[in-house]
Amino acid sequence: MTDKTRPDAARLSRRAALATGAATLALPLVARAQAPVVKVGLIHPVTGALAGAGQRCRMGGQMAITDINAAGGIKAMGGAKLEALLGDAQGRPEIAASLVDQMAEAGASGFTGCFASALGLAATQAAAKYNIPFSIDSGIADALTTRGLKNVFRFFPNNTTATTDAMAALDQINRKAGSPAKTAVIVHEDSEFGTNSAKLQAAALPKIGIEVKALIPHATPTRDFTNIVLRIKSEKPDLVVITNYENEYVLLARTLVQQRVDLVSTFSISGGGFSLKFAKEAPAVAENMIDFNHWYNPKDPRALAFRKRIEDSGQIFSWEYPFGYFAVRLLADAWERAGSADKDKTIAALAASTFSDHFMPYGPTKFTDGQNAGSHPVALQIQKGDIKVIWPEAFADAPAVFPRPKA
Amino acid sequence: MAEIIAAALVNGLLTGGVYALVALGLTLIYGVLHIVNFAHGSLLMVAMFAAWLLAAQGGIDPYLALPLVAAFMFGVGWALYRFVIGRVSHGEDRAILLATLGVAVVLDNLALVIFTGDTRQLETDLTFRVWEVGPLLVSVPKVISFVVSLLLAGALWAFMARTDTGRAIRAVAREPDGARLMGIRPDRIFALAYGIGIACLGAAACLLLPTFYVSPSVGNVFVLVAFTIVVLGGMGSFPGAVVGGLLIGVTESLGGLLLGESLGPIGISLVFIAVLLLKPTGLFGSVR
Repeated sequence: MTDKTRPDAARLSRRAALATGAATLALPLVARAQAPVVKVGLIHPVTGALAGAGQRCRMGGQMAITDINAAGGIKAMGGAKLEALLGDAQGRPEIAASLVDQMAEAGASGFTGCFASALGLAATQAAAKYNIPFSIDSGIADALTTRGLKNVFRFFPNNTTATTDAMAALDQINRKAGSPAKTAVIVHEDSEFGTNSAKLQAAALPKIGIEVKALIPHATPTRDFTNIVLRIKSEKPDLVVITNYENEYVLLARTLVQQRVDLVSTFSISGGGFSLKFAKEAPAVAENMIDFNHWYNPKDPRALAFRKRIEDSGQIFSWEYPFGYFAVRLLADAWERAGSADKDKTIAALAASTFSDHFMPYGPTKFTDGQNAGSHPVALQIQKGDIKVIWPEAFADAPAVFPRPKA
Repeated sequence: MAEIIAAALVNGLLTGGVYALVALGLTLIYGVLHIVNFAHGSLLMVAMFAAWLLAAQGGIDPYLALPLVAAFMFGVGWALYRFVIGRVSHGEDRAILLATLGVAVVLDNLALVIFTGDTRQLETDLTFRVWEVGPLLVSVPKVISFVVSLLLAGALWAFMARTDTGRAIRAVAREPDGARLMGIRPDRIFALAYGIGIACLGAAACLLLPTFYVSPSVGNVFVLVAFTIVVLGGMGSFPGAVVGGLLIGVTESLGGLLLGESLGPIGISLVFIAVLLLKPTGLFGSVR
């Protein structure tokens, strides 16, 4: 139904982009005496179903550009200022790819984006035609960096790392508490995403001493979780492992509380509904839920200052902001190291990057085929309406509440 | 196992009550205007955001806000028909259908612009309240929504059967030309009927909010099931919408339990096909 409106929107944005392009091409003639400008294309879905998350990534990117320019621009390039080229991918891969073409035409020296893996896959491939460096902000699919594209770099973790780390985290949290979790039920949505993740989890959980009692698939949308929760109750598991999208995550969590299911804990990997918004809107349900996901290093004061900056602007903090932010900073750091925005030099600088001026809970930056091997997600728990890091210990700002107290 | 089946049965009945209310608006609009209101899901979403805003920003409990939201939605429905759908359709059914589709597209995208695609929810004092009935934990807000839905359905039926306005609506539905000769203005009645149909959504939204979420796409979650209920119950029939709603609620719940939540929804289609095979006009439908 919404397709009807989209061609118009696409025409408009194309026209707008052409106008921006023309304006930016004309700009150097007027401003020859000023410091050079480096253009960064920020490609996100800022309308459509992914709009909220896309807007947060974009805002993070824009904050980085503001900060870098305020601190004197790219010093190795005579104080060159960064300039954002903004593109709305609308949640459609073909539009993400065409934005790359338009921005390449307008003189982009680098890209960041695209929140969703599907958009990132299309956009990075388009950028590879021009050999323009692309710094992925969010997008967890391994394939973003495993297709042999030399121009693509991801500072943040991929899916394989997330799944392996998650099991290690769960194992350590469980052991530390004296292994109270011995059985689990996996609840997952029944498309490819949920089914594959559930299979991986069902294979991995027994290896850490947790027996899987049942896998319960459900459709998206599911309007009512009472039946599923009754089934869970009859299996009497210690853990419920959840893999689904935001709406169903929220409903399931709520029904678990309402039907008074006695659990050691709930666990999810990149849980669809796990966020500060959830913690604030549904405090009774969210309390003590555990998720394995992206977050900042809470022991780094810069992270807390960054979060405050977001909150002072009236937004609820989420990990998309630092992702958008550091995707741009990684590029800027490479331009600083290369002393130029030349594509080949920038790509070489990115490949050799040891970027460390950040507050993410990561080890040293080291790129292997475009993927930062030092990046890791962390285990998070909602405690008293806030999100706390509970694993690994090096970054934890609160001990895990595991098992959770009886209701 | 018997315990779980009993729980699923109760739960299905309770959920079916709200389905019935959503379907009631749809069947009223169909019965009078003879069109399927494609904007039904989107207007439910608008009503849910209205109730959510009142609760989250104004601190008004959704149950207390029910008359307010229903009145507001009546106004929205009435104005939509009077100034948009009625104007562009020139009395042609096909054009009314397309106009409601257009309204849906505009509302969905407006909601995305204003509220983004995020999911929002509400915890009220009653959200987690349950009644212990034997081994069953029966959700209090669901019982409330069930009872209120049935009461509203009864009130609407009485309004249609007993009042002059109700008679006028039925007259226009049956014979617009004859009604006009009797001094009834069909365009006013159409706007009124559309408004009442949409007001049902306002009530449904307030009853759903304590146990459900709201997002710009939430209408789609209910609209397909409402269409099924309307056809199953007999298009334009009030008792059909209520019985159909309860039947679909129970079928969905038991189907999910016995066939699994992935395969469960086919239960609805099976009942639907079986009823239409045996009685093509639906459970309470009559041949015109």
